[in-house]
Amino acid sequence: MFEIRLHSRGGQGGVTAAKLIAYAAFLDGKYATATPLYGAERRGAPVVSFIRIDDEPIRIYSQIRNPDLVIVLDESIMQLVDVLNGIKPEGKVFINSQGGTEVEGHQTYPVDLTSISLSLDLVLAGNPILNTPLIGAIAKMGIISQDSAKQVIAETFRDERNVEAALRAYEELKI
Amino acid sequence: MLTFGTGNKAVAMAVRDAKPVVVAAYPITPQTEIVEEIANFVTEGSLAARYIPVESEHSSMAACIGAAATGVRTFTATSSHGLVYMCEMMHMSAGARLPIVMANANRALGPGWNIGAEHSDSISMRDTGWLQVYVSTVQEAYDATLMAFRIAEHTDVLLPVMINLDGFLLTHITQTFETVEPGDFIPPIATPHAIDINNPGGYGTLTPGNTHFKFRHDIERGMQASIPVIVETEAEFSRRFGREYHLYEEYRCEDADVVIIAMGTLGKEMEVAVDILREEGTRAGAIRMRWFRPFITPELNGKDVVVIDRDYSFGYGGVLAGELQAKSGCQPFSVIAGLGGQEVTYDDIAEFVRIRRPGTEHWFGVDD
Repeated sequence: MFEIRLHSRGGQGGVTAAKLIAYAAFLDGKYATATPLYGAERRGAPVVSFIRIDDEPIRIYSQIRNPDLVIVLDESIMQLVDVLNGIKPEGKVFINSQGGTEVEGHQTYPVDLTSISLSLDLVLAGNPILNTPLIGAIAKMGIISQDSAKQVIAETFRDERNVEAALRAYEELKI
Repeated sequence: MLTFGTGNKAVAMAVRDAKPVVVAAYPITPQTEIVEEIANFVTEGSLAARYIPVESEHSSMAACIGAAATGVRTFTATSSHGLVYMCEMMHMSAGARLPIVMANANRALGPGWNIGAEHSDSISMRDTGWLQVYVSTVQEAYDATLMAFRIAEHTDVLLPVMINLDGFLLTHITQTFETVEPGDFIPPIATPHAIDINNPGGYGTLTPGNTHFKFRHDIERGMQASIPVIVETEAEFSRRFGREYHLYEEYRCEDADVVIIAMGTLGKEMEVAVDILREEGTRAGAIRMRWFRPFITPELNGKDVVVIDRDYSFGYGGVLAGELQAKSGCQPFSVIAGLGGQEVTYDDIAEFVRIRRPGTEHWFGVDD
């Protein structure tokens, strides 16, 4: 089982991002679950979502304690929350980062999703849309297939710029 | 069709596929997505139902009662404070023998305010005469909702059915599930006592002490008759659609020395705990109770029993543990865990088994 913990802020689309990644895994023929952790939702507050991907039906509903991958959609959260808590020794970290932030001891994949979205004017309710470039980046990491990533974006977003955002993130992420 | 969605969405799609004529509902977290989705189906025309937005849960059940009394298929959904607010109408609907189907997103009752999963809301409706089934996956939420209509409307039963799914844990998780074409799996509704304007009769009239008990006894007849109807419905569902369900689900029980018993999502997660315990050399098994009413006593055969209650009856104990003890004579280790969405993992469940003391009660997370 591959377990992903996604840290974001309320309003950034983290919950939707988790669903889209799980949906792409479903399209790949895998079993997948996406679980948001709900508290007192408010814009800007730290939010956590969980994604599990496996070849077998998933029987677990509790939170992910030992993620294989941690996704951070807003790197300022790292000052508030220990995003690496419980991460597996070989666990990887994806950070939406403008400064190429690296995490010590873990392979880090920094990509500037925010600038990609802003350069394409992909803004929703004042926030840059981070979902679609994130899906491109996750596809580059090999967690979901390119085809499924494309299908998820095509089914969910009508605006062609979302595909372009995913392609740019795909290009920018260095394996 | 194989699809991907939340527990709430699966319930809504099953309702669409069962084709009720009247849906009356009031939104409440974490159930709201169910009635939103149904409203969408009605708007887009994929469900030809009358959708009645009402001013309260008491009214949503009252509207379902009125509609069901005319002999049409009805549905509503609620949760927590909404369910207890409709309590009076819960007794009215079962007492009037109306086969209403309702989904309940299990959620704690306040105060303190809490929107997390807990079974105290539905358990408090234990004695209303409603059938109660607890589901553990998005697929089961869809399947159980479809089957609920067939079971409730069966003329041997004619009692309302509540499908219970853990708030957030199941209502909001996204999983793979498959929808079906029910066809004649759910026969046309034929309520024998439906209002007939050409043959007027009294409804809810006075039943004095010399008759009232007969109606009460008849509810229990319907409840007992529901057991073979449930068995037959689940068998027919399996024949037609390939997915198998039982009155309760056993996991690795054959040679087990100790069994864990729970309802809802904990009843699925505990399978992982059983696997861990087996690797340690403990012959553990699990029984996931699906039907709370009618109560089906599982075969325990002298095994050690660990019961996890996501509920509590103050001044008494865990309700599932107490009922199992009363019906089977077992001396369970009664664990109270998961109240108000308290995080309980498969590791925690395995630990409950390791520390078990038969005949005692343990509140998870309470140290003193």
